[in-house]
Amino acid sequence: MAESKSAWLARAYPATADRLPAYTTISDMAVDPVYAPEDLNGWTYATDLGHPGEYPYTRGAHASMYRGKLWTMRQFAGFGTAEDTNERFKFLLDQGQTGLSTAFDMPTLMGYDADHPRALGEVGREGVAVSSLADMEALFADIPLDKVTTSMTVNCTASILLAMYFAVAQRRGIPLRALGGTIQNDMLKEFIAQKEWISPPEPSVRVIVDMIAFCAQEAPRWHAVSISGYHIREAGSTAAQELAFTLADGIGYVQAAVERGLDVDRFAPRLSFFFNVHNDFFEEIAKLRAARRLWARIMRERFGATNPRSLQLRTHCQTAGCSLTAQQPLNNIVRVAIQALAGVLGGTQSLHTNSMDETLALPSEQAVLVALRTQQIIAEETGVANIVDPLGGSYAVEALTERLEREAVAYIERIDQMGGIIRAIELGYPQKEIAEASYRYQQQLDRGDKVMVGVNKYQSAQEPPLELLRIGNDVERKQAQRVRERKQARDGAAVRTALAAVREAAKTGANLMPPIIEAVHRECTVGEISDVFRSEFGVYRDPAWI
Amino acid sequence: MPGKRLRILVAKPGLDGHDRGAKIIARALRDAGFEVIYTGLHQTPEMIAEAALQEDVDAVGLSILSGAHMTLFPAIIGLLAEKGLGDVAVFGGGIVPAEDIPELKKQGVREIFTPGATTQDIIKWVEANVRPRS
Repeated sequence: MAESKSAWLARAYPATADRLPAYTTISDMAVDPVYAPEDLNGWTYATDLGHPGEYPYTRGAHASMYRGKLWTMRQFAGFGTAEDTNERFKFLLDQGQTGLSTAFDMPTLMGYDADHPRALGEVGREGVAVSSLADMEALFADIPLDKVTTSMTVNCTASILLAMYFAVAQRRGIPLRALGGTIQNDMLKEFIAQKEWISPPEPSVRVIVDMIAFCAQEAPRWHAVSISGYHIREAGSTAAQELAFTLADGIGYVQAAVERGLDVDRFAPRLSFFFNVHNDFFEEIAKLRAARRLWARIMRERFGATNPRSLQLRTHCQTAGCSLTAQQPLNNIVRVAIQALAGVLGGTQSLHTNSMDETLALPSEQAVLVALRTQQIIAEETGVANIVDPLGGSYAVEALTERLEREAVAYIERIDQMGGIIRAIELGYPQKEIAEASYRYQQQLDRGDKVMVGVNKYQSAQEPPLELLRIGNDVERKQAQRVRERKQARDGAAVRTALAAVREAAKTGANLMPPIIEAVHRECTVGEISDVFRSEFGVYRDPAWI
Repeated sequence: MPGKRLRILVAKPGLDGHDRGAKIIARALRDAGFEVIYTGLHQTPEMIAEAALQEDVDAVGLSILSGAHMTLFPAIIGLLAEKGLGDVAVFGGGIVPAEDIPELKKQGVREIFTPGATTQDIIKWVEANVRPRS
């Protein structure tokens, strides 16, 4: 054996020559100058790595990874009316995108119709406005629902939007069994980070378990929940916190479903995940590898799952919106490319690359095209997709993977001691940990300890403006008018009966999905069904911790 | 005016849940010695104006990332004026395109901070521009 790393560092490493007083990741995790075999004490290939597609899946969920199938290129899109977004969907598919991903506007996400006073100024701005089934039909017009897979980012109104998607398929004669896709439907991370909610955590999780149970039975190719760290990271968490709180949320859902009496190996194969890929290259790759290993261990050891698909963490990734800068926005293309590469080297199953203009507006067609092309260049020009887990065995990457897993385990143990994730959320534990990390990072930026190129270093005075997508006020007027007209034209008695059936299921604990699907067929709106949730389950208010 | 600390309401209008910026600003202003009241998320213009009245604040900082600033900021300013709070300094931040800023200022927003502003920039602006209401 050669000289030990510590001996070598003491003898030969000139620490006085270091450029910076300390070297840390963007999450403030200290990193060594070099990693060596002794950093992997007790680590073995068989127990900690395993071959790709084999337990504990550190090297990848599947054996052949991108040699068999490239990741799905799925650009998140949605703005204006259903027709506007339908056009963008077709544009993206024409340009070689391989899956759809839908962004809804704030009123839709929060359970208000476009004609509600709370929707004022918000319709069609952060996503597409969908108030009733006719909007959903227009959104997916001419798109073969049995051929593409669709992702829908929606949470507290997820049951309603999924019911609408299913209803559109039913009207076209497509069986639910043929539908593939994902609905985000992760309320726990809403309370932790993204903060779009209607009702408190307990009933919110009940609705999610209803959807998991319904999809396992009726739509077995559908992912009923996408357990999301993305928003946790965007709210300012560290990489370890993102990993820990996401898996803790996953434990919460599995626990709730098992307590409902569902067989873990029936539903767990259709759990999916969603992580952020931020700037710190090796930390992000390590995070994704640690996520797979830790989830496999949790599913086997805590829940006794045996189906390999229950143990495999499959994930979507999105590059970090919060890393983009309004200053010198062309630089964002470079950030996104590096982040996307980390996502691919980390073994993601699907990827959204942000557009350069997203700190300023929703993406323009040109900006989204560059973002999509970035993925295509990584996939088809760089060669990185040809070797499975090419960084496996790197001392640095394996040591960071170990470290992130360890830090996540420590967080999960604390959450267990509090009585589980719902209790921890009620106590504000993850929220406060994230706020602390976010404030610390902002102070580091303000002091110049951490660098954002173009913002606190290398600023330039002259910046050519980008052509931005603007959403006119006519969208709101038009959409609100449409909602009012449809409410006039439909069968009022059928609407009342259908809403009463949803209310009844909410009260009795019967699965909510069948009556919600019936209700959307009867043209009950997102707002009306959400009102049932508000009155039956109560309304959650922001505890507003600083 | 010695003895009287400025009272600032940090408010989050609109339906979006992006409170990272609002919380950082609330905390930075508090750490700088101001009295800070944070409304929490999903506030209507009515709720914000009412909180400004009840809390007797000298300034209101609005954070918005949903794109609804051209609707919500003027609505809040109008309601403050109706309640006799026309002299409360209103400032804001978030995703606000540069070309919207002159119109917002014309409507009475005193300053808009866009991405890249430091907490020190905002603290200095408050120190220089907000005075206790008599």
